[in-house]
Amino acid sequence: MDVDLKRVEEAAKELYIRALKILPPDIKSGIAALARSETDATARTILGTMIRNIGVAEERDNLLCQDTGIPIYNVTIGRGVNLDGYALKQAIRTGCERATREYPLRSSVVHPVTRANEHSSCGRGIPVINIDFSDIEGSLAIEMIPKGSGSENSSWLKMAIPAEGVDAIKTFVVDCVLESGGKSCPPTIVGVGVGGTADLCVHLAKLAATRPLGSHCDDPEGAALEQALSAAVNQLGVGPQGLGGDATAFAVHVETAATHITMNPVAVNMQCHSARRARATFTAGGIEYGF
Amino acid sequence: MTHHEFTTPVDEAAIRALRVNDTVTLNGTLYGIRDATQIHLFDRGRKTRFDLAGHAVIHTAPNVKRVEPSPAHPAGYAPVCVGTTTSARMERFTRPLMSQYGVRMIIGKGGMLADSLAAFAELGGVYLAIVGGAAALETTWIEQIEDVDLDDLNPESLWRFRVKGFGPLLVAMDSHGTSLYTGLKAAAAGRRAAALASLGVK
Repeated sequence: MDVDLKRVEEAAKELYIRALKILPPDIKSGIAALARSETDATARTILGTMIRNIGVAEERDNLLCQDTGIPIYNVTIGRGVNLDGYALKQAIRTGCERATREYPLRSSVVHPVTRANEHSSCGRGIPVINIDFSDIEGSLAIEMIPKGSGSENSSWLKMAIPAEGVDAIKTFVVDCVLESGGKSCPPTIVGVGVGGTADLCVHLAKLAATRPLGSHCDDPEGAALEQALSAAVNQLGVGPQGLGGDATAFAVHVETAATHITMNPVAVNMQCHSARRARATFTAGGIEYGF
Repeated sequence: MTHHEFTTPVDEAAIRALRVNDTVTLNGTLYGIRDATQIHLFDRGRKTRFDLAGHAVIHTAPNVKRVEPSPAHPAGYAPVCVGTTTSARMERFTRPLMSQYGVRMIIGKGGMLADSLAAFAELGGVYLAIVGGAAALETTWIEQIEDVDLDDLNPESLWRFRVKGFGPLLVAMDSHGTSLYTGLKAAAAGRRAAALASLGVK
């Protein structure tokens, strides 16, 4: 399959805008489920406002949240796909910049030292473009995640040691949820990376935080941690917006990687209740948009 | 748990009457500020031509569209999506906002900390919690972008909005030394041991 990079550029633009406007169905169901089971009156009101906001965004074709985030594009290239990888990255960057200027979106991206904003949602190393490969024949998938800063500022890495065991991982996750409080716009998806190198561990936490609700870690050890930690953090009573209640997290998601004999790394990256993502899949038949 | 309808600006007595868990809806003028706005006002010696005395400021940096200035859009901006950011980053600016500019209400999400609570008690201020991430709804409460100052910081300019029915907002920190966040944080920390025990942590 040959890929027309002009269509990739269009898709990169469209994906950014779609992600900001349309919440994935798993997240919408997730908020509705939390609202049904919530026992705290203030928390129920807050969850009700979140549900109302989703409706207003859809009716008025508006953005769900003002935070256009840091744009992240996760590209998965299948087998038999012919493309110029460098040009693909350029096309995504151009699409991201066009979405910002043409819609227009708030550019939330600045130089880390000068704080200068190019008003393009782009800058050095931004958008983040992650490239991976799959064994799906003739498929190119691009997932777009506008990662909001309230939740991204709730990110931590701990290089625990083997003698501290799995207890260090569990304790760290609980303490990060407490430390984050209302700042990460709960209810959150608590993304946890376990193992790897320092940078891989943090990347795993981001993958975990941005996975669909209802998905599970494909490592049984990670899946067991997810289940136990999801129940534990929802005992804390942080609640929606940190104002108390049952609904602290939709779920804790875990991703794992092998690590060094001397290492026991754990990272946490939060995703807010406006857990936005959008996906475009290119096949020989055309482009399909989804989540 | 009383509901209050305010038309801004308000006086100190109106603020002192508020207690946590009350709700407030605002009408009139609302100012938008953010990290860079306050860094420039308080660390870099810049001034604003706006009079913030008795007013509410919201922690925001909106999505806006440049348009031809007109009676509907006097500042040359139309609101696209106006929401709220996490307040705690701007903790150190609460006191100067109140003492130098006379701000009475801070609207944000996630809560503020001990120095803000002390400033609210000493100077007569409150923190009003809005639901973060509910910006599409919040935008329906904005009638107009009336004016903008320090616009070289865009989108972190100092925005002057005209609002109608902006709320209800929850009084989460009052001028009597009470913060919902402090109590809830302590309660959550108190449940830490039970949560860790449920995970089998020794």
